[in-house]
Amino acid sequence: MTTVEFSPAAEPLAAKLLEPALEILARYPAGRERSALLPLLHLVQTEEGFVSPNGVAFCAELLGINKAQVGAVATFYTMYKRRPTGEYLVSVCTNTLCNVMGGQEVYDQLSEHLGVGHDETTADGRITLEHAECLAACDYAPVVTVNYDFTVDQATPESAVELVENLRKGERPTPARGARICSLREMQYQLAGFADPRDGAVADGVAGAPTLRGVRLAQEHGVTVAGFDPDTPITKTKPRVTEEKK
Amino acid sequence: MTDVSKRVDTVKLVIDGVEVTAEKGELVIRVAERMGIAIPRFCDHPLLAPAGACRQCLVEVEGQRKPVASCTQTVAEGMVVKTQLSSPVAAKAQAGVMELLLINHPLDCPTCDKGGECPLQNQAMSTGRADSRFVEEKREYQKPIHISSQVLLDRERCVLCQRCTRFSEEIAGDKFIDLMDRSSGEQINVYRDDFFGGDGTGDGEVGDGAGDVPFNSYFSGNTIQICPVGALTGEQYRFRARPFDLVSTPSACEHCASGCSQRTDHRRGKVLRRLAGDDPAVNEEWNCDKGRWGFRYATATDRIMTPLVRDAATGELREAAWSEALLIAAEGLKAARERGVGVLPGGRLTVEDAYAYAKFTRTVLGSNDIDFRARPVRATGSSTAITEEADFLAANVAGGTGVTYEDVENAPSVLIVGLEPEEEAPILFLRLRKGHRRGNLKITAVSSYLSRGLEKLGAALVAAVPGDEAHLLGTDPAVAAALSAPGSLLIVGERLATVPGGLSAAAALADRSGARLAWVPRRAGDRGAIDAGCLPNLLPGGRPVTDPAARAELSLAWKVEPGVLPGTAGRDVDRIIAAAADGTLGALLVGGVDPADLTDPRLAEEALDAVPFLVSLEMRQSAVTRRADVVLPIAPAVEKAGTYMDWESRLRSFGAVLKSTAMTDGRVLEAIAALLDVTLNTGDVMAIRRELGALPGSTAPNPAQPAAEAARPAQPAGDEAVLATWHQLIDLGSLLDGDQVLAGTARPPVARIGKDLAESLGVGDGDLVTVSTVRGTVTLPAAITDLPPRVVWLPTNSPGSTVRRSLGVTAGAVVKLSAGVPGPILAEGAVQ
Amino acid sequence: MTQPRPEVLQKLTPVLTKRWLSPDAWRIGVYERLDGYLALRKALDVHPDDLIQLVKDSGLRGRGGAGFPTGLKWGFIPQGDGKPHYLVINADEGEPGTCKDLPLMTYDPHSLVEGAIIASYAIRANRAYIYIRGEAVHAARRLRNAVQEAYAKGYLGKNILGSGFDLDLVVHSGAGAYICGEETALLDSLEGFRGQPRLRPPFPAIAGLYASPTVVNNVGTIASVPYIVLGGADWWKSMGTEKSAGPMIYSLSGRITNPGQYECGLGITLRELIELAGGMKPGHNLKFWTPGGSSTPILTAEHIDTPMDFEGVSAAGSILGTTAMQIFSDQDCPVYNTWRWLEFYHHESCGKCTPCREGNYWMVRTYRRILAGQGTYKDLDTLQDTADNIFGRSFCGLGDGAATPVVSTLKWFRQDYLDYIEGRTAPRLSEKSLVGAH
Ligand SMILES: Cc1cc2nc3c(=O)[nH]c(=O)nc-3n(C[C@H](O)[C@H](O)[C@H](O)COP(=O)(O)O)c2cc1C
Ligand code: SF4
Ligand code: FES
Repeated sequence: MTTVEFSPAAEPLAAKLLEPALEILARYPAGRERSALLPLLHLVQTEEGFVSPNGVAFCAELLGINKAQVGAVATFYTMYKRRPTGEYLVSVCTNTLCNVMGGQEVYDQLSEHLGVGHDETTADGRITLEHAECLAACDYAPVVTVNYDFTVDQATPESAVELVENLRKGERPTPARGARICSLREMQYQLAGFADPRDGAVADGVAGAPTLRGVRLAQEHGVTVAGFDPDTPITKTKPRVTEEKK
Repeated sequence: MTDVSKRVDTVKLVIDGVEVTAEKGELVIRVAERMGIAIPRFCDHPLLAPAGACRQCLVEVEGQRKPVASCTQTVAEGMVVKTQLSSPVAAKAQAGVMELLLINHPLDCPTCDKGGECPLQNQAMSTGRADSRFVEEKREYQKPIHISSQVLLDRERCVLCQRCTRFSEEIAGDKFIDLMDRSSGEQINVYRDDFFGGDGTGDGEVGDGAGDVPFNSYFSGNTIQICPVGALTGEQYRFRARPFDLVSTPSACEHCASGCSQRTDHRRGKVLRRLAGDDPAVNEEWNCDKGRWGFRYATATDRIMTPLVRDAATGELREAAWSEALLIAAEGLKAARERGVGVLPGGRLTVEDAYAYAKFTRTVLGSNDIDFRARPVRATGSSTAITEEADFLAANVAGGTGVTYEDVENAPSVLIVGLEPEEEAPILFLRLRKGHRRGNLKITAVSSYLSRGLEKLGAALVAAVPGDEAHLLGTDPAVAAALSAPGSLLIVGERLATVPGGLSAAAALADRSGARLAWVPRRAGDRGAIDAGCLPNLLPGGRPVTDPAARAELSLAWKVEPGVLPGTAGRDVDRIIAAAADGTLGALLVGGVDPADLTDPRLAEEALDAVPFLVSLEMRQSAVTRRADVVLPIAPAVEKAGTYMDWESRLRSFGAVLKSTAMTDGRVLEAIAALLDVTLNTGDVMAIRRELGALPGSTAPNPAQPAAEAARPAQPAGDEAVLATWHQLIDLGSLLDGDQVLAGTARPPVARIGKDLAESLGVGDGDLVTVSTVRGTVTLPAAITDLPPRVVWLPTNSPGSTVRRSLGVTAGAVVKLSAGVPGPILAEGAVQ
Repeated sequence: MTQPRPEVLQKLTPVLTKRWLSPDAWRIGVYERLDGYLALRKALDVHPDDLIQLVKDSGLRGRGGAGFPTGLKWGFIPQGDGKPHYLVINADEGEPGTCKDLPLMTYDPHSLVEGAIIASYAIRANRAYIYIRGEAVHAARRLRNAVQEAYAKGYLGKNILGSGFDLDLVVHSGAGAYICGEETALLDSLEGFRGQPRLRPPFPAIAGLYASPTVVNNVGTIASVPYIVLGGADWWKSMGTEKSAGPMIYSLSGRITNPGQYECGLGITLRELIELAGGMKPGHNLKFWTPGGSSTPILTAEHIDTPMDFEGVSAAGSILGTTAMQIFSDQDCPVYNTWRWLEFYHHESCGKCTPCREGNYWMVRTYRRILAGQGTYKDLDTLQDTADNIFGRSFCGLGDGAATPVVSTLKWFRQDYLDYIEGRTAPRLSEKSLVGAH
């Protein structure tokens, strides 16, 4: 695996990405390196901003599969972009719940304001807009994410426009619940499975009220589950095994 | 059947109220089929792993909440299955799926190649509704798109059954087509840059992005054949015919020694297409693209329809009546008999025609100077006194080795030497791959590099410098290990003949290890020609010419005087050429031989020029006919009946596809013989088959195996390297003439060099490299490959790389290397 | 806003959600102070088979939607087969309405990590993967951090806590495909392929990841394990009902005053949940709701007292699913909602099988037409029939999920469809939206 000869198409990417790419490969058992394909495609996007033809070549050559096989995978998943993207990906959930709670208006307003449609990028290269399917935050509906970090909860057309305006001005507003905003490319590095290199980013974001609603109610009213004893013994029918390995 | 002994590996189930016994693990759809119940289907294919993707084959199984895909459901004891015949639920489910399959289908049957033989069309009639409730807009795609020079794809017709991609992955190992996109946008395609913002006109329909990868497979035609709709079509056949206008004839492929059964479809005297035949013992349901599409040669414009004779006055060939031509041929041969006539029948004959040559040579010419081998039979520069290969064929191959495809599939381990299965015996390759995919067959190859074909076999490589194979067979521990398991096979290709001691070492290795030995030649007629007696040392039936008893048996059968059959081995191909060139021989009788295939084409052509009398039995204009004194046209395979013997020694008989007045070689030879007062009795294939059938088995003791010493490879120095070379499947072979589309699927010719040579020459991938000998040069782009040090590989007979003609050497020879195109001095040497 | 009655408040069972209140519970030090990794120590002290038995005894059923008994699933893993075993955690949370796994991983990631180690030990897996939905970036950030911390403390890696047990845990981000929540599609995706479901049998327990025995469990399922190990099976069963034991995180969204996560014993009713959530939003009356995500048949106001456990919901003609309750009112249109769900299913259909691929293409277009005021009576029959031709005919559950809102809204709200067809409801979609919305 360490001595891959890259083609001229893949070589420039390999020069930049080989080291992290090999780190990704090492996460999977020997002989199962193909598992690295999804993270590798994310990794390609850190450099290219999308899955470029050269990126396909790089993944194919590194994994020893052909480009059709990489292409088949890269065209299956929505997070692999096939055209250059902007600095920020702004996603508006327009799946049913968010939609009826106002998500469609938010999306329509943003689309009109930015002058771009789904999966399109503003001319200044700042923002790629998309309508997203359920982002697993229905209790905050409608939601808007920037580079997938929850940025505006209970969004309105106004709050969403304010967000993109700030982004276009070069500001990076503090997200509602996600970590501090980075660029889409930087985010791809994390999607490739690497720790967020930014100090404090992991600590960013606090749980919002809806998340805590139930547990807070319980706390406020002193409701707990009775009978919890962490020392409750486990029935032992077999001797303790210290050696389970071959 | 009276035998009611209970077999533990069967189960009883009920399908549509009828109790049936099935093998454990069998699929419901197959069991139903055996009972005569046709469950509609698309993705199901008996030779591919079950997919269950199209959902057309749904049936009801008692106890299951939902309808079950019968193509994935295995039988179980007591299972109660109801198909569409007895279950309204199954019938409704099938009708529902059919309706859904059709909503986006263009229903363009009148302009679709598949119309008339289309599973979708047929099953829509049986299972679908008369009208469609679908009123929305259909999905549209740009159409058609080329996914290779040969294969076209109409995506809107595709039902996404994935037979094509599954075939390419599971069977051929060429996953160059795959599913792209998802949901209702999912489509079959090759890799195209414009899917990813690269060049192209968008929507993936154009195949000229710099990084695009076409459907690069020698087996691509099978996907067209198994596509259950008209989504995949072949450039060669597209829009040419309607299936119901075609006449289908079972046939056997004339290209290689794999022995594929096939089906040839013609209309009004013209072959329009060929399909893989279904023979579970041999090619299963597959063939290669060469077999499928390589039939245009027979209709090439240079086909010879009337005999030609050389006009004494003009020195030019002119058309002549058969009677005149035959007489001239007979007289010429008669006159030359005294000095000697060499016979080169070539390796493309049917067993029957080969037998006619063998018998003609012995009874009419009184000679053993016959050799079917139109290829190098020994290393360049070796003494022609060495008869290693002929001895090997006599001792180890004639009469059959007994090794079959089934043995290959079931062997624990196979060692391959001097053979590149994918390029030289594609169906053997598929069978090896099948064994490999099942996980029980280990494959080891002694070769100069791990080719793409060998990689697809998961082969372990015993890296060999050409010329060193014999030595490795004798000493390499990996070689011995590969044959250590009982039931292992040693498969050698015809190319091993060019390694001094190679075949001897193989025979000895087989003896030593207990492995069975199989020999795989390249051409369809090669194997049969041995048993038919087209070798200088063998009479028909594998009888050694030197064995008096064997000669006596044949004299009796042939009703010839004792003493007519000569008792010493004749000249082999190299010696016949040499003897013709130096004026020893009085005539040559040449069948379908291209001098370019011989070790030294230039010497061969000199011999053809020098020989006083040259008779050519040919189908088309060739380097031989141009030099011949008499040209007698013979029938191509489609216009005659005959039998090929495949590498397993299995007989592959076929009848004439087209009615024709063209004669077989045997018929022409019989006519010449008659003029020389010999009754050859080879004018009719049935007569020959009867005669061959009546020949007594040979009683001659098996000849001794050759015991030539193992050579060591040449030692290149300075700017030299050792040459490795073999044929690519699609190359300049004369049976591939006339098909540019097929030629477009050939692998691009490259010169493979190792890192060491690349460095010392200062070339990178794609830079030109020149390989030269005193004879001439070959210049090709370099492909840096993991080769042993100082080895260069060239395709034997591909565009820009005609090794024999341009270099005049075989594998193992020392050649010179230089970067770039040849300089003026070298280039001069290349002038022919 | 009325306060929930005390007897309803008593139905809250803060177990898995409890640590969410501690803002720094995602840090290993805080987690350890809150009983963290106690369960692991306890588990490593018993034989793996006894752990499997404990989980069986607890009655824990999968929280991923299908409710399969977890202990039974673990017990399917062949032991002593010489093959590597794998634990794969399904963190692909994508079922519309579902939003419980993300907060769990974000605010209490170590409980999942700890559960993963215990589960791996029980099934003798030395490698575990958390396949997390690509878009869930903050949860993944916290999880990766937790995994790193756990390695540093010796809870992961070689010879965990001196037990001789080794485990490597990798957090693997997906790339945007709802179908990858289906466990076999997930495995294909994790192996680096298109996420299309696999043929079963073989089941993952026999040939899952890399054709080896594999347990696939939902985040909530695995995160429950440490609590069961600590508190015991009987304590766990003290929550919920007899056949549906334990606490469950109910995700409430839509037209209620306080949407959010409410962890209660299985068997609570929607009426009670709405009460906990402060009632319906002012001016909204309950009209229809999903009991467990959009793939479960919708229920109506008349089902408000259905016990929300596996059996109760099933008796009402639906499925408990992921207890993701999207609540809609008389101001919402079941036809419009169904269309939007179908756009989702169409977008997310993997394309492998005919019914789902083509059926969604068709139904989406029919809905667009109806909502644009161009529907016909025949459309309703065709929709019903097409949904019938998809349901139970497609390769995996996604097709069933797509057919479900169609069938259930046609069943309960046919009049709303007729209102579009007969012109009583103004068109919701313009004609321009009739072509290629997604
Ligand atoms: C279309 C589809 C999507 C699914 N999505 C999820 C999901 O996002 N998360 C999940 O845990 N299970 C999902 N499932 C269920 C899984 O296939 C599987 O049943 C579950 O992960 C098993 O875990 P459990 O036993 O712990 O519930 C989905 C199933 C289907 C058919
Ligand atoms: S092209 Fe033909 S064989 Fe391939 S998926 Fe489509 S219908 Fe099937
Ligand atoms: S033939 Fe059975 S699902 Fe396709």
